[in-house]
Amino acid sequence: MTRRFWVFIEQEEGKVHPVAWELLGVANKLAADIKDEMASTGEEAVVEGILVGHQVEEIAKEAMQYGAHRVYVVDDAAYKHYLNKPYYTALASLVEKYQPEVFLIGATTLGRDLAGSVATKLGTGLTADCTQLEMGEPKGSTKKLLLATRPAFGGNVIATIVCKNHRPQMASVRPRVFPMPEPNPQAEGEIVREQVFTDNGVINAEIIKIIRNEASSAKVEYADILVAGGRALGGPAGFTMLKELADELGGIVAASRPCVDAGWITYDHQVGQTGKTVRPKLYIAAGISGAIQHKVGMQDSDFILAINRDPDAPIFDVATVGIVGDLFEVIPAMIKEIRAQKEVEHANT
Amino acid sequence: MFHALVAIKQVPDTTNIRIDPETGNLIRQGVPTILNPYDAHAVAAAVEWKRKLGGMVTVVSMGPPSTVTAIRECIEMGADKGVLISDRKFSGADTLATSYVLAETIRSIHEKEPLSLILFGKQAIDGDTAQVGPGVSVRLDFPLITYAVIIHDVNLEEGYVTVERKTERWNEVIKAPLPALLTCEKEIAEIPYASLPDLIYSLQYEPETWTAESPVLFDVAHIGLKGSPTMVNKVTNPEKHARGEVIQPKDGIEEAIKLAFEKVNAAGIFSSISGGAK
Repeated sequence: MTRRFWVFIEQEEGKVHPVAWELLGVANKLAADIKDEMASTGEEAVVEGILVGHQVEEIAKEAMQYGAHRVYVVDDAAYKHYLNKPYYTALASLVEKYQPEVFLIGATTLGRDLAGSVATKLGTGLTADCTQLEMGEPKGSTKKLLLATRPAFGGNVIATIVCKNHRPQMASVRPRVFPMPEPNPQAEGEIVREQVFTDNGVINAEIIKIIRNEASSAKVEYADILVAGGRALGGPAGFTMLKELADELGGIVAASRPCVDAGWITYDHQVGQTGKTVRPKLYIAAGISGAIQHKVGMQDSDFILAINRDPDAPIFDVATVGIVGDLFEVIPAMIKEIRAQKEVEHANT
Repeated sequence: MFHALVAIKQVPDTTNIRIDPETGNLIRQGVPTILNPYDAHAVAAAVEWKRKLGGMVTVVSMGPPSTVTAIRECIEMGADKGVLISDRKFSGADTLATSYVLAETIRSIHEKEPLSLILFGKQAIDGDTAQVGPGVSVRLDFPLITYAVIIHDVNLEEGYVTVERKTERWNEVIKAPLPALLTCEKEIAEIPYASLPDLIYSLQYEPETWTAESPVLFDVAHIGLKGSPTMVNKVTNPEKHARGEVIQPKDGIEEAIKLAFEKVNAAGIFSSISGGAK
């Protein structure tokens, strides 16, 4: 028997969402987790990608470099743009045909719209926003199941969820929760073209207009350097100062939830439980107290530099290095220091 | 007639949650509960359209008897009717079981008083799953529009709605036949100030209470723990990170910054902090 680990390969207009490659990395780890079980039963574990769209087959080849052994492609003009019902109908019919054991979907706006619909259509369990995934033995079971771990109650507790009697075991994962696997340019696999029956009943909504605002939409989840501000900024003007520092560093500005709730900056900058999960190389937290809801969204950053007036602020518990001080003194001094360093470097070259 | 139904949830205020450090369990006693903030904006949108088109707004919630407080808050905002679905048999429901109960409730209401719009908040702040709205739309086979930010038009004669939704890549305007199901961002509508009559009415308001048997007989295989494919295997406290070095500037802020930058450079992430990422 083949035990299938599925990953939904999210794309729009031929652009893949990187979370799909992150999930292929995780799926390969899950397949490795059950090696011991397979040795005794003679089963095989495969990682397979599910790709839906129009003229998207090139993406399937890329998926193999990131760890898909096989990719099922549903390619039709009807799938040019994402729409809920056509997509969930296609995915549910593929699941019924191939009976995967695990199905992972990125917790993006598209993925969240889709995952809950697919799970309901199939009558199976779905665990949202997982931060850890492994195949292991839950309480009272000797067979390995998907142990899906996620923060609950605003990150105050960590819960591990299992789905014992229904398949597939579904989970959604936010972008950047798992690292990007190294692509292997030599990797090969199989492309399986799937015809999914669509009739008019499947299309119950139409897109009448797309309003592109890419310039104004911050992509905090994939930035290398983030300069994030909290309540202590006191107002929208504080972000102008943070932007100056971010520009010097080649990074972008992020924020904690109170700033977004107060309307100082837009939601696409928000980091934390109800915002984005980030793992930049450098995260500068200025005037962020460090509520658990914020920490769960940024604690996996490579280096966290926190600035806060309160030496007991919880942000210092996750910071790599902290400076106790007033951000309105520290940030301008940082800008000055970086400019000075740049001049020295410039003089040396 | 315009008839909007809003599905709401009463949630613990997650910013004020306390956890028992020994057991990792939520200390429910004394934790304030609130109407889920996204749901409040969905109610506000429904009331706004009722004021434009006439008709009525019904609010539905599955939860313990104390949920009556959240329902009264919706009445105060201008909703006309509340239904509380409350029974111990529902407890332990995951998102699939919850979507079953809400879908059957909405189906029953729709048969008697046909619905134009069904509104949900985009997610509840205690679970953050955003799964129940999509689940209900699948069960009822109503078109789904998630992350709604603007309701441009509700056309009752021709039977469609146009809604702008916000995705990670762009905003898009969707046209869908009625009844349609929307999950709402806060931008969908401002919370209105309560009128005095609504406020007075809400104080004494008693919602209709539905149980697992009446007026809808729910299938016991699909409700509560039994109807939930997912279960909690274990609960733990979040891992504590190793506390880093905290610099208390004694020799001035400039020295503290230099020291901090040296540590960033030493971590090997950058060739140097002023030179950008490696």
